[in-house]
Amino acid sequence: MTADQIIFLLCTLLILGSALMVVTTRKLIHAALWLVSALFGVAILYAVLQAGFLAVVQVVVYIGAIAILFIFAVMLTRKEMLDKGAQTRSNWWIPALLGLLILTGLVSLIIGQPAFGRTASEIPSGVDTLRNLGIALVSPDSFVLPFEVASVLLLAALVGAVYIASGNKE
Amino acid sequence: MSIPLSWYLILAAALFSIGLFGVLSRKNAIAILLGVELMLNAVNINLVAFWRYLDPAKMAGQVFAIIVFAVAAAEVAVGLALIISVYRRRKTVVADEIDLMKW
Amino acid sequence: MTFLNDPINFIAGWMRGLLTGWGLADGLTTVIIYFIGITVLIVFAMVLDILLVWVERKVVARFQDRLGPNRIGPFGLIQPFADIIKLIIKEDITPSGADKILYNLGPVLAIASVIILWAILPLSSKIFGVDLNVAVLYLVAAGALGTLSIIMGGWASNNKYALLGAFRMVANMISYEIPMVLMLIIPTILADTMSVQGITQAQSGIWFAILSPLALIIFLISAIAELGRSPFDLNEAESEIVAGFHIEYTGMKFGLFYAGELLHAFTFGGFIAVLFFGGYGGFFGLEKIGFFSWLNNPFVQAVVFLTKAMFGYWVIMWIKYSMPRIRIDHMLAFNWKFLTPLALVVLVNTAVLSKILVGLPNWGYVLGMFFSNIVIGLITVEILRAYGRKQREAESKLSPRSA
Repeated sequence: MTADQIIFLLCTLLILGSALMVVTTRKLIHAALWLVSALFGVAILYAVLQAGFLAVVQVVVYIGAIAILFIFAVMLTRKEMLDKGAQTRSNWWIPALLGLLILTGLVSLIIGQPAFGRTASEIPSGVDTLRNLGIALVSPDSFVLPFEVASVLLLAALVGAVYIASGNKE
Repeated sequence: MSIPLSWYLILAAALFSIGLFGVLSRKNAIAILLGVELMLNAVNINLVAFWRYLDPAKMAGQVFAIIVFAVAAAEVAVGLALIISVYRRRKTVVADEIDLMKW
Repeated sequence: MTFLNDPINFIAGWMRGLLTGWGLADGLTTVIIYFIGITVLIVFAMVLDILLVWVERKVVARFQDRLGPNRIGPFGLIQPFADIIKLIIKEDITPSGADKILYNLGPVLAIASVIILWAILPLSSKIFGVDLNVAVLYLVAAGALGTLSIIMGGWASNNKYALLGAFRMVANMISYEIPMVLMLIIPTILADTMSVQGITQAQSGIWFAILSPLALIIFLISAIAELGRSPFDLNEAESEIVAGFHIEYTGMKFGLFYAGELLHAFTFGGFIAVLFFGGYGGFFGLEKIGFFSWLNNPFVQAVVFLTKAMFGYWVIMWIKYSMPRIRIDHMLAFNWKFLTPLALVVLVNTAVLSKILVGLPNWGYVLGMFFSNIVIGLITVEILRAYGRKQREAESKLSPRSA
């Protein structure tokens, strides 16, 4: 076991443990906070994968915006639910079975492919992935169109969310 | 980097399955959205892992991960706005009880 | 490589030799040295924090025409230690309705979100934690964790005032994050890098505060809002919601929130120094002249940096103790209707001008940048004046007697 592998396994433990708590815990606030911990684990994984920019963006976007939005939504709507009663359906074993089926299917698929056993080669020195990413996002012969479409989508979502949630239409 | 690619893929598969379980088994609409977030993250792990292991000089994997971030943010903003709006009118956030097109 | 020129690597090299001499494996040695380095950095930040308590109390006393702590030790220097002893021996209360784990996690996360900022704070060209190539974004990410800590503490206290304070703080932080991020992009554009070392070195000729004074002002305002200090201290607003999110905290848990706030203010002073005042450098090219080469010494640089950071901290205190608290709707309107549009205009201006003026000689670039900012500032003031006049006229129509 190398240091890399130990870090990876600890991260896996954090992510999967937190994810299980997200889908099983009864208090929704706790579920949202467990989501934060799972997403933080994913951010560490990005750092292990040498995608530092994505790691930081993961923290800014997911923890700084999305998780906080979730916590707000839970607080605003908890009057009726008050975390009482069953939080999961009575037939929860069907989704559990489905999840297990998909998991075993995917894992057998992944293990069956010898190509997936490869390890990563070093990023060649002189390749600045952050600069490459920035150029790729705005250069016309790579990804400028998806990037602009994504920004239009965000703007539309902003307008839509404000319109729906403002709620004084009548 | 002595971690095989398959480890990342298996982790992502497990995270995806957990998220799917959350989406299908939870009653509360907000909890369902939490599950969707887990699934999106599983996809992102795959994208970034493939970027790192196949060709780090091409940025397609990272760019798509960023677009998934944007989509996730948009989805959560609109989704939670809808849930809060529904909660105002019907006083419920249980997905099963929101089953009429018009109230 | 001597101690005076590169202290961190000198000590690390010496310790590595010592530890491998004891027969430890190479990887383990690295881990131990990093661990010691992190501990030293945190201890330095916390000891500085203790001093900041004294500085804050002394400065606020001067602003309010008092003497401040002056009984214990020379100039009251021992006072913060007495405060700490008091906080430690106070009763540690956890309210019965509180969410125990989250309640105790809140203050820890609050101070942790500040201390992780010290990892990227460049004390000098040789004394720094790590030179991240996404350092500017890291600053925002740490702020996100701070928001989380406050909402945790506010919610877990199971107190309506605490929850109100947390709500206000989160609304505040999320709103003011937008102009702050926009203004963080300006040093990034001007320096062509997000690493704080790169930004510092890009300012060795001219400070970014001169290239874009508006960016500095907007960043300062949004930083104060992010810190939750007056005039944006709606999260604790004693006269409205008692003490806000930390109302239920006692003893050292409250102490951690308090220490976190002070250290956060100082750290932001440091970041203002790095982003706009040249950090540890920025001597306008003076350090290249042979006679002034001692300015390149890491210890001198650290002193320069801490002085600049302390100045930023002092400005934040100056504003805090001179301004009344603003109302929450005013605060949000100020951000969304004024600060964010202005920040967008400044950002577009800087981005376009930095491309247009790139062919000009150095002084043309500097003058163009500076005067474009001045023009934007003047237009803003004119628009505000016209808006204010219109409002006054509308008011005088409503109540003719007061006019």
